[in-house]
Amino acid sequence: MKSLGSIRRSFAPWADPASKPFISVKNVTKKFGDFIAVDDLSLDIYPREFFALLGASGCGKSTLLRMLAGFEQPTSGEIILDGQSLAGIPPYRRPVNMMFQSYALFPHMTVENNIAFGLKQDGMPKADIAARVAQMLKLVKLEKFSQRKPHQLSGGQRQRVALARSLAKRPKVLLLDEPLGALDKKLREETQFELMDLQQELGLTFVVVTHDQEEAMTMADRIAVMSHGKVIQVATPAEIYEAPNSRFVADFIGDVNIFEGAVAGAEGGYVRLEGINGFPIRMASPETPATGVKSAVAVRPEKIRVGRQPPAHAPVNAIQGEIWDIGYLGDMTVFHVRLKDGRVIKASSLNAVRAVEDPLGYDQEVWISFGEDAGVVLKD
Amino acid sequence: MGNWSRFNIASIVLGFGFLYLPIVLLVIFSFNESKLVTVWAGFSTKWYAQLWHNQALLDAAWVTIRVALLSATCATVLGTLAALALVRYTRFRGRMLFSGMVYAPLVMPEVITGLSLLLLFVAIGLDRGFWTITLAHITFTMCFVAVVVQSRLLSFDQSIEEAALDLGATPVRTFFAITLPVIAPAVFSGWVLAFTLSLDDLVISSFTTGPGATTLPMKIYSQVRLGVTPEINAICTILIGVVAIGVVVASIVTKQREAQRDRDERAAFAQT
Repeated sequence: MKSLGSIRRSFAPWADPASKPFISVKNVTKKFGDFIAVDDLSLDIYPREFFALLGASGCGKSTLLRMLAGFEQPTSGEIILDGQSLAGIPPYRRPVNMMFQSYALFPHMTVENNIAFGLKQDGMPKADIAARVAQMLKLVKLEKFSQRKPHQLSGGQRQRVALARSLAKRPKVLLLDEPLGALDKKLREETQFELMDLQQELGLTFVVVTHDQEEAMTMADRIAVMSHGKVIQVATPAEIYEAPNSRFVADFIGDVNIFEGAVAGAEGGYVRLEGINGFPIRMASPETPATGVKSAVAVRPEKIRVGRQPPAHAPVNAIQGEIWDIGYLGDMTVFHVRLKDGRVIKASSLNAVRAVEDPLGYDQEVWISFGEDAGVVLKD
Repeated sequence: MGNWSRFNIASIVLGFGFLYLPIVLLVIFSFNESKLVTVWAGFSTKWYAQLWHNQALLDAAWVTIRVALLSATCATVLGTLAALALVRYTRFRGRMLFSGMVYAPLVMPEVITGLSLLLLFVAIGLDRGFWTITLAHITFTMCFVAVVVQSRLLSFDQSIEEAALDLGATPVRTFFAITLPVIAPAVFSGWVLAFTLSLDDLVISSFTTGPGATTLPMKIYSQVRLGVTPEINAICTILIGVVAIGVVVASIVTKQREAQRDRDERAAFAQT
């Protein structure tokens, strides 16, 4: 598995100006009456990429997927797949296949016939179909269930049949619409890793639509965070998490503390902020906004330290408060620290040892602090 | 099962008596030896034997069956198409009006349907007979089929059609390979409904018939006006028998299928 990891780490065609995108979405707009589902959206997806469209329901991610599959036509703009425009090409002539959220298995056909359906449409010889179906059944470990009908399968098995069916034709691109939404948590986590391995093994391009940020972070090479028909940020999971480009993305992915303030100055790659109630912040930032501009710093809870003593750099990046709530999660503990002005800051610490001699308790006066590179300076 | 109070028993006896006494009487008297319908004179099946020699009655039965088979089949095709159009193309203007218009014939008095069809046939100069009856039956049974199929289509998961398209099936192939097999039970019950409606229709047939095309209900009705004969009782008993067997078989098959499906689903979830 180590080699796989190193391959993945070096996989970054989007950073290479010489590589050509496999799917190009160019200025696509989709309107339903007056409602704009997708708004002048442009995206590039590269070969063998595991790409996730992430957003709340109604953000247009499913509409975009349905336009890739051919079930909807863009109102304006163009989608190019492997150098060819998809305009006017019906779904049954596109080299893409889709795995549906509801699985959409054919209820009157056996598992075997469900998987063979697409191959039969291509007029593949019978012997080849049988061989391919057997191969797909093996891939999803359902060899024993080939003669079952969909209603004779459990939810997880149905999900596998749907996956096998959509992969049977060896599509250039597999579209997955909330592929794991109907599974329970444990099965979902297992299946996430199986999907990743499968995608690596087959060398396909996957485009997955999900509203579950953990799922997107786990599986995807890159994530497009969408809102109101627009893409807010496209980046790797780590970039999205550690360097969100806006307050929306910072807030949408994971937990975050936002410290608002005004820019007081900048020097040597650091920005000084005058926080609310005079709380001074110094934060690393590649850009240097003009002095006096309203700004904010986003710091993730796990990057905030909680302690009884003020840190050496106090009062910069440090502020006093009292412990308001403690959530013990086993692997980590979440503290809600209430500042003097009533704001509540979330901090979490890993429980690396089994027992602490003198643990922090409710209502204790504490200092919260964070490093100069712990957060992101947000423009808006 | 301790709830068999006298009141309950009385209710059941009265209710079922009300429903079935006339039919039971008809069946009993079809086995009557006597020619007088209301006087019992011993058991006999001679009226059934005599049926086979009543050429007029047999002819009428044959016309009825042909009309019913043909009209039910045409009505099923048209009704299914209408249902598909109304359920699928939700965004055309005046859809509500069209939906309403499909339902209207269900409540339209038969006399009016019959009369309007008669006027139409006369106006366009169509010779009345077998074909006009068939056309009329298609007209009034089609909406029943449309209603039955429409209610099935409302609970139809359209993503399975999209999945078929996605896997490379053309829309026509998708319809025959996916949509039709899945809604087949509803289409079949629509056909059965249309068939039985056509089989026992009297009013519309009477309006639209011509010389040489007499259906069984019309024949029975005209004979009864001259007096009820045990022969009529016999043929009615046969009709009741046919319908009853059909209903019982259909419900047993449905029950067994449901039970099998339940067992399968429980088995599937038990092993996970």
